[in-house]
Amino acid sequence: MVIYGVGLLSFCYLVGQILGELLGKYIGVEANVGGVGFAMLMLILINDWFEKKGFLSEKMISGISFWNQMYIPIIVAMAATQNVKVALSSGLIAVLVGLIPVIICLAAIPFLSKFSPKNNN
Amino acid sequence: MEVILKFIDKNGLIFAFFVIGIIIYVSEIISKKLTKNTVPSPAIAIIFGLAIAYFGGDITGGQKGIADVKLFAGIGQMGGSMFRDFAIVSTALGASLYVIMRAGWPAILSLFIGISFSFFFGVIIARLYGYTDAISLATLGAGACTYIVGPVTGAALGASSDLIALSIATGVVKAVFVAISTPFIAKYIGLNNPNTAMIFGGIIGTNAGVMAGLAATDPKLVPYGALTATFYTGLGCLVCPSLFYLILNSIL
Repeated sequence: MVIYGVGLLSFCYLVGQILGELLGKYIGVEANVGGVGFAMLMLILINDWFEKKGFLSEKMISGISFWNQMYIPIIVAMAATQNVKVALSSGLIAVLVGLIPVIICLAAIPFLSKFSPKNNN
Repeated sequence: MEVILKFIDKNGLIFAFFVIGIIIYVSEIISKKLTKNTVPSPAIAIIFGLAIAYFGGDITGGQKGIADVKLFAGIGQMGGSMFRDFAIVSTALGASLYVIMRAGWPAILSLFIGISFSFFFGVIIARLYGYTDAISLATLGAGACTYIVGPVTGAALGASSDLIALSIATGVVKAVFVAISTPFIAKYIGLNNPNTAMIFGGIIGTNAGVMAGLAATDPKLVPYGALTATFYTGLGCLVCPSLFYLILNSIL
């Protein structure tokens, strides 16, 4: 049943968000901290566990993967509701912060891949 | 006319699905025809979204982009934090802890290096640029991770909407750059095997950029990069507003 997948996703979302709320309160930040991350980790773990147990059906998965595919459209909607006008008045910073760290990261890739296990492809 | 406006007002969210659907469709055509798939359609659609947000802010003087235009208020619901977080959680489905464990510690390490390098180099640049408070710096640093980690971090720390928009713009700049440049730099960074693809996904992390970049480089590498990249946003959302913010706060 599709709703089982949506329900499982909702369960992970709710528990993760509550953990995020509690962590936020604990460290003294006035909001949800890491709720999305907790929910994702939970979904991975439960998904793994259910897979081993054979609880997962194709229909159930499709209840989750529908939302997975809605993620880009929702991000587009989110982008469309931001205060872009004000952000653009300091436009260069977005380009600098967007480019320089990623170039440093790209340069680090060859060093890291030296340590990865030998390829078997 | 008034009947139609009232009707759309009542069915705002559904109308938003329709409008965003059209935006994505147009973006896909632009991506295919005008850029020959070098710029991924999600990146174009997001730029499209930011553009209409600018337009909305310009004509209404409000803070919620196009959602301040009454006709498009439903887009505010669709792009609100509830749907956004729900959809992002669902992307975790593509990742398996077992597979990433087998890939060895460089793949896992790449996630931490990717997030911390992006965040702290982003913070350093923002600091040099003139931002001084920890919340602004953390939001921009998180924006250097992905266009999701930025707004999630900004929202968690209570950053202003314009800073959040700036962090999204930062993440979009990164995604577009990764998507376009990956096929050209692939040979210089040895990006021609699954292991390096996993490290690449982990260290760069921005989903749309990684997937489009790998697809343009070698489609066989896409699932490997996507696998690690799936963890990036979740992990970034976890550490940026908590651990990294606290570290930043103690340094300042």
